[in-house]
Amino acid sequence: MLEVKGLHAFYGKSHILHGVDMNIGKGEIVSLLGRNGVGRTTTCKSIMGLVEPVGNITYNGEKISGMEPHQIAHRGIGYVPEDRLIFPGLTTRQNLELGMKKSGQEGRWKLDDAYKLFPRLEERAETPAEVLSGGEQQMLTMCRTLMGDPELIMIDEPTEGLAPQIVKQVGEFLEQIASSGMSVLLIEQKLSIALKVSQRLYVMGHGEIVFEGTPSDLEANESVRKEWLEV
Amino acid sequence: MLESLIFTIFNGVLYGMLLFMLASGLTLIFGMMGVLNFAHASFYMLGAYFAYQVSVFAGFWAALFLAPLGVALIGALTERYGLRQVHQHGHVAELLFTFGLVYVIEEVVHLVWGRTPVNYQVPEALDFTLFTLFTTDFPAYRAFMLGVAIFMFVGIFLLLTKTRIGQVVQASLSHPDMVGALGHNVPRVFTLVFAFGCALAGLAGVIAGNYFITEPGMAWNMGPIVFVVVVFGGLGSLGGALVGSLIIGLAQTFAVQMTFSIASVLADMGLAISEDAFLSGFWFLELSRIGPMLPYLLLVLMLIFRPRGLMGTRAD
Ligand SMILES: Nc1ncnc2c1ncn2[C@@H]1O[C@H](COP(=O)(O)OP(=O)(O)OP(=O)(O)O)[C@@H](O)[C@H]1O
Ligand SMILES: [Mg+2]
Repeated sequence: MLEVKGLHAFYGKSHILHGVDMNIGKGEIVSLLGRNGVGRTTTCKSIMGLVEPVGNITYNGEKISGMEPHQIAHRGIGYVPEDRLIFPGLTTRQNLELGMKKSGQEGRWKLDDAYKLFPRLEERAETPAEVLSGGEQQMLTMCRTLMGDPELIMIDEPTEGLAPQIVKQVGEFLEQIASSGMSVLLIEQKLSIALKVSQRLYVMGHGEIVFEGTPSDLEANESVRKEWLEV
Repeated sequence: MLESLIFTIFNGVLYGMLLFMLASGLTLIFGMMGVLNFAHASFYMLGAYFAYQVSVFAGFWAALFLAPLGVALIGALTERYGLRQVHQHGHVAELLFTFGLVYVIEEVVHLVWGRTPVNYQVPEALDFTLFTLFTTDFPAYRAFMLGVAIFMFVGIFLLLTKTRIGQVVQASLSHPDMVGALGHNVPRVFTLVFAFGCALAGLAGVIAGNYFITEPGMAWNMGPIVFVVVVFGGLGSLGGALVGSLIIGLAQTFAVQMTFSIASVLADMGLAISEDAFLSGFWFLELSRIGPMLPYLLLVLMLIFRPRGLMGTRAD
């Protein structure tokens, strides 16, 4: 469904991605692992068109590299950023509504579904979003993207800095959307979550993919884990 | 005393609301796109000239609607085919672009309408005295200007808070990239906001151009003061623009009324200063003459002591 071939990316003069190749199939849960600063977020942003991609990215056979972010979103890709980017000045509910691509047009995911996934969001529906706690903001940013009814959702470090019991909720959320048939690209530090939910994993090191395989492949491959994952 | 106080407050608020019609657009454009549009007051001037031209053929009421639309169209084209291209080269290029635009628009005005003021008049239907309080006449056109300004203010407020496009604009003030990633056409929203801001400035020109004078220097008269308002209130903050407009509008109107000097105040208190005292020029200066300087003084002090302005959120 998504195919990335020879992807390079730059911030000004610094060359961040050095030819990334990866693909995600329909309904597949794929994780992208790696240490801090290796370029996982940059990969997501390049796919979304937020960083200019050099290389070839196709989605359902159509070339999307070079498109505007809003065009890519309308093709069916959703993005949940690591810094959450909640819209201040708007309420929780208004934030969720902005996730819908057209006014009042709910897709397979409705406001009520978001509230069912995270009852906390319903309690906070009319609260200005900027006063939500970190965990609540994470729930909000994930559900906001869901409201746009993506086929493929890229979620960047959803559990970073959260309390264990909220990490557990986020894990359940991932399993739920996975079982709905949506494709997921998950970026994670916590190996435990990634190994549990994903069917396939990529490991990134210094702007390149250094490992690709199933969770059991990775568990068997101690040298990759030692060299590229453990600190 | 009471009489002049009431009228000064009224005129100050009116001037403040007029400033707000320009400041609101300028601050929204900055908040969303990071562009400090030096040419904003030029669109105000275009509004006045367009209104003059339309009113020659079709009267004032047609001009009231058509002139802001014309300005909006020019604003949209400026953003779409000018600023958006220049944007790739960074903020300095954008700043220089809008700076150049000030001169381009001024020269176009010279070419089309000449260097002297045009005869743009208050419409006859509004050219009467609304009421007389004590001994001062209050012109109906002033009330009309205030009405239009308040109507605009309520309109902007409802548009931003109650409509979806307004919420998209608000969201784009903080995270435009994320708004795009959710599927909203952010470049188009930019064009709309720019055009809308220009239309507001144009409307201010329509209602002020005949009350003051419509001449090629009017952009230069208004431009700097609007910048003061926006920086003073806090770049990117609409609430700040409103408070800043009213404060600067009132401060300037009051200052002009102050025909006394420090020396005269001291004399009233029994401390006469002789004409040849040290710095006598300063002691005998009428405070009204400080009026024009006051806004810029406030600007400089604000930048030193509170650079993000009254209600701004940006630290830089
Ligand atoms: N806007 C930017 N300008 C310049 N350099 C950047 C920018 N964003 C990221 N970088 C650099 O690019 C490299 C890759 O960053 P990226 O955010 O993709 O890493 P990451 O794998 O997501 O790691 P993490 O999220 O843990 O920081 C880093 O060295 C980072 O310093
Ligand atoms: Mg990252």
